Amino acid sequence: MFDLKPLCLLIVLNPLGAALVIGLFGKLIGRRASHWLAIIAVGVSCCLSLQALKQFMWDGAEAVNFVLYQWGNSGSYHFEIGFLIDRLSSWMMVVVSFVSWMVHIYTVGYMQVDSGYQRFFSYIALFTFGMLMLVMSNNFLQLFFGWEMVGLMSYLLIGFWFQKETAIVANLKAFIVNRVGDFGFILGIAAILYGFGTLDYRMVFDQVEGVVASNANLFFTGTTSTPLITFICLALFMGAMGKSAQIPLHVWLPDSMEGPTPISALIHAATMVTAGVFMLARLSPLFEYSETALTVVLIIGSLTCLLMGLVGIVQNDIKRIIAYSTLSQLGYMMTAMGVSAYPVGIFHLTTHAFFKALLFLGAGSVILALHHEQDIWKMGNLKKYMPVTYITMLVGSLALIGFPLFSGFYSKDLIIEAVGLSTLPAAQFAYPIVLGSVYITALYTFRLFFVVFHTQERMESKLISHLQESPAVIWVPLVLLAIPSFVAGGILLDPLFQNFFKNSIVIHANHSVFNILQAEHQGALQMALEGFKSSSFWLGMSGILTAWFCYVQSPAFAADMQRKFSLLYRILKDKFGFDTFNQWAIIAGVRGAGWFCWKVSDDWLIDGIGVNGTAKSINRISYMLRKIQSGYLYHYAFVMIVGFLALLVWLMLTE
Amino acid sequence: MNPLSDYLTLSAILFGIGIAGIFINRKNIIILLMCIELLLLAVNTNFIAFSRYLNNLDGQIFVFFVLTVAAAEAAIGLAILVVLFRKKKTINVEELDSLKG
Repeated sequence: MFDLKPLCLLIVLNPLGAALVIGLFGKLIGRRASHWLAIIAVGVSCCLSLQALKQFMWDGAEAVNFVLYQWGNSGSYHFEIGFLIDRLSSWMMVVVSFVSWMVHIYTVGYMQVDSGYQRFFSYIALFTFGMLMLVMSNNFLQLFFGWEMVGLMSYLLIGFWFQKETAIVANLKAFIVNRVGDFGFILGIAAILYGFGTLDYRMVFDQVEGVVASNANLFFTGTTSTPLITFICLALFMGAMGKSAQIPLHVWLPDSMEGPTPISALIHAATMVTAGVFMLARLSPLFEYSETALTVVLIIGSLTCLLMGLVGIVQNDIKRIIAYSTLSQLGYMMTAMGVSAYPVGIFHLTTHAFFKALLFLGAGSVILALHHEQDIWKMGNLKKYMPVTYITMLVGSLALIGFPLFSGFYSKDLIIEAVGLSTLPAAQFAYPIVLGSVYITALYTFRLFFVVFHTQERMESKLISHLQESPAVIWVPLVLLAIPSFVAGGILLDPLFQNFFKNSIVIHANHSVFNILQAEHQGALQMALEGFKSSSFWLGMSGILTAWFCYVQSPAFAADMQRKFSLLYRILKDKFGFDTFNQWAIIAGVRGAGWFCWKVSDDWLIDGIGVNGTAKSINRISYMLRKIQSGYLYHYAFVMIVGFLALLVWLMLTE
Repeated sequence: MNPLSDYLTLSAILFGIGIAGIFINRKNIIILLMCIELLLLAVNTNFIAFSRYLNNLDGQIFVFFVLTVAAAEAAIGLAILVVLFRKKKTINVEELDSLKG
């Protein structure tokens, strides 16, 4: 047993130190030293996180909550850097640091010839630091710090190739859309400070029952008010919608694929985008009190799950297909949060982190082998040339669609069951959606899989001649991720149901979906065997069959369907018009407002009338006045005499 | 003996001619100087008239002062006029407008 305090400091400070050294002295210490430094630092973090998890899982360690440093003091408010290491955060620390570690190793191969090699390592190490700070924080402000930190790193890494215009547009989009979410998030934090007088998790959670019982309301105007807890939860969820890319703030995630592939795997699939899900689980003591907020989470989550999956079917870019699948899976996680099955959502987050990172890294391996070709219609039959990538991608795909025994099966099936068991009214709406999404998931996943790895070769002939498996530094992380993608579900399932999270997640008795699942649970193997009989399994199978039929057996059929349902195809291709809507309504509106402020209120009113107007009118008046100065002596004399007479007359009259 | 009002009327007429000369004259700056002399003479007439009327010599003494100042002023004025003519090559009042704003 180690003391958890120094352990957790080492975990966060290692990546920070590495990032600083590489960022400041990267050119000095060179490429090899940079990547070794980053890999070792994150590796140490990962091993220590595993140690922390082990202490919780087997040694029964108690949660630690301590303040490291108080950096601000304003009246009765204290702002602190502190850490809360409990079962939930140690679990997340392992997920974050493990995937990050794999990505670090993979990057050595993927970015080999890039001129920004050290910069890249510095960024991802710093990202790891930010994500760990977010996860380990014990107060809302530090959560916000980590939240913004990972947002910043995401921005920098999407625009890593800053000479590419599309990348710059994409990173701006990600940044701005996230600002919308963060606006809600910071409002939520402000509301917490207002309602609870503290930002410390523990104190807020201790007070929440009293605050809810006192019927605290938040007044917007004299009469309209909303329960404070509902406002807090909805505002915080808005932040989660931005970061975890839920409808309608999801638009940045597909575009973020402009960044290098390791980033897509680490930030935009495995860790950062799940921050919103993690936050909801962390704040379960608050969300449990607001049925409204939970319903919103459930509806938004399930809609994201379905709609984004549908869009994934018509995409042609290998990374974008996986990005849409990420969106859809994030929808699953949010749905789980909505029905109060927080542990199940975190479970899906974990398995998803493994298999989605695997899929992205596999896609990266394919992209690298084809010299940065991303169009799946310029690939084909790659199983012949890239056997390791093929097999690992198959594992990832099966995990994604939830094939029994694979990790994704356990987590996804539990979510579907949880939605089915939920007593929230909206669950009846969400259940068919999440069930139907299984079919869609299978369809887009295996469309990608068949088109890329099977069918005939469609790439250029000079590429085929030297097509080969990626180097070991790339396929080793693939294999290392394929293992948890396959077994993590089965292994983690039993601890999960033995109440692993204990009091770090709070679920009220009237939302006791998880308890029912727990009571019904009879071991991982049993569940997998039953999985073969479930409707979701057969939906998944029919999805695979559809993909096989449409893209392997008779490609003409797919083209035919595309023509017949051209309207539907266009809607999907247009991504349900979210981008178009934003372009025409929001962006045009904001630009219009900006134009108004610039041209009318600034240029015309302030500059034209206020500043320059004053100057101009003085000019004009003095122009008129100087006409009086004729320069002729007799004019002056005349005025003098007239003035004198006028004075005389006035004196006489007033006498 | 003529009543006081006659003298005052004469003085007022002289003063009016002087003023009018200053306003109406558009040609020659020498006339301007002469008009100023005329104004001073009108004032002198007033002084003397009142001095006589009030039997007080102060007014007549003041006339001497005024005459002295007028002589000095005429001398300086003509000197300035000469310099002005050398510089501007004109003494036409219409063309002397360098005070213009």
